[in-house]
Amino acid sequence: MIRVVLPHHLRNLAGVSDEVQVTVASPATISAVLDALETSYPALRGTVRDHGTLKRRAFIRFFACQEDLSHAPPNAPLPDLVVCGAEPLMIIGAMAGG
Amino acid sequence: MSSVRVLVGTKKGAFILTSDEQREQWEVSGPHFAGWEMYHLKGSPVDPNRIYASQTSSWFGQVIQRSDDGGKTWATPDGAKVPEALDPPGSGNSNRFLYEGEVGTHQFYDGTQHPWEFKRVWHLEPSLTERDTVFAGVEDAALFKSTDAGATWRELPGLRAAKGALWQPGAGGMCLHTILLHPSNPERITVAISAAGAFRTDDGGTTWKPINRGLKSAYEIPDPTADVGHCVHRIAMHPSRPDVLFMQKHWDVMRSDNAGDMWYDIGDGLPTDFGFPIEVHAHEPETIYVVPIKSDSEHFPPDGKLRVYRSRTGGNEWEALTSGLPQENCFVNVLRDAMAVDSLDSCGIYFGTTGGQVYCSADSGDSWKPIVRDLPAVLSVEVQTLP
Repeated sequence: MIRVVLPHHLRNLAGVSDEVQVTVASPATISAVLDALETSYPALRGTVRDHGTLKRRAFIRFFACQEDLSHAPPNAPLPDLVVCGAEPLMIIGAMAGG
Repeated sequence: MSSVRVLVGTKKGAFILTSDEQREQWEVSGPHFAGWEMYHLKGSPVDPNRIYASQTSSWFGQVIQRSDDGGKTWATPDGAKVPEALDPPGSGNSNRFLYEGEVGTHQFYDGTQHPWEFKRVWHLEPSLTERDTVFAGVEDAALFKSTDAGATWRELPGLRAAKGALWQPGAGGMCLHTILLHPSNPERITVAISAAGAFRTDDGGTTWKPINRGLKSAYEIPDPTADVGHCVHRIAMHPSRPDVLFMQKHWDVMRSDNAGDMWYDIGDGLPTDFGFPIEVHAHEPETIYVVPIKSDSEHFPPDGKLRVYRSRTGGNEWEALTSGLPQENCFVNVLRDAMAVDSLDSCGIYFGTTGGQVYCSADSGDSWKPIVRDLPAVLSVEVQTLP
């Protein structure tokens, strides 16, 4: 079970108040987590990554274990601490604006 | 007793303002979707309790919301949580705006060709007759249609075939902001795009033609009378006379008496003919309203005086409407979708400002009062007149 922290606006859109959990097959990747997230919460489709290209939206960042995973290949394995549920994958809205 | 419901989109959420037909006491609901840019909300003429909303964000992209209870509750039309994480076909597609076929390119600010890229929905126009049909005008400019109440969308690609490679973005982006549905002929739709011009279909959206003859854009495009490339800010129509169109262009206030086949200038007498919105009185098809703005680089009223101008003669004779509006030190703007009218016996006129005020006149513009003063910058105003 992988824990995912969503930004405030996406929690509202998904109708959740806290972090969510998704199950993915091994090896767990950001792409697989987003697939599972969008399957459970269809309202999130198109908000984290583009509908057509599946590219990360420009102002979205992925953090985990104090690392920036935003530019890692979408199919790169997630850190072990995320896979075992000890640490969440954090989906963050970029700091843009004042 | 009749009532009115004013749907206000702002930079940081949506607000719903309701009143009885006196339009003196107002109830304010909101912010809905706090923190999001709400470009436009509009109710269905077939079912007024069905309201569509365009919710958008530079971070999270486009979301479509729909209410079926007059704005009390909202949901993405096809985005409900899936209890067992199943994947029903088509779920989560209510914000999927994909251009049809080869995407192609349009002219960019610097004159080079640039690929079409979907950015946001500027305007939602529910069908006059079909409860589940709604049109969306988007940036980069295109027209989409949904026949399942916003759950899925398909582009009407024939529009971009009307010299789309020559269209270019205006300062606000290359947006399709005006969608006029003919009141009795469902095959005829008129749209307007900044900065491409006005276009019309007479076959339900399959084929389109530019309708820009008579427009002149001397300092904006190389050929001032070109077929396309004009920065149209807004077009208005009275349903009783659908062949008469009124246009607020980047500069110039224009009129057509033949559904856009030819336009002529009706701006004589205005302090400036730059501006964004234009509206028609609900019961007087020759009475029109504009809000003159100083210039394309100074987006505020001339002399710091917020004045609505009214013509009761279909143009060229204008009177300033100032009662109740600030007449000094006012430097707000009124955006293209931020003016609307109700259809009560004494026609109400409404507009919102980038300073967060929404003004109402319950007497056709003779006098004005603010309904609210301190909202976020207002992007759009629509009014529903309820029985």
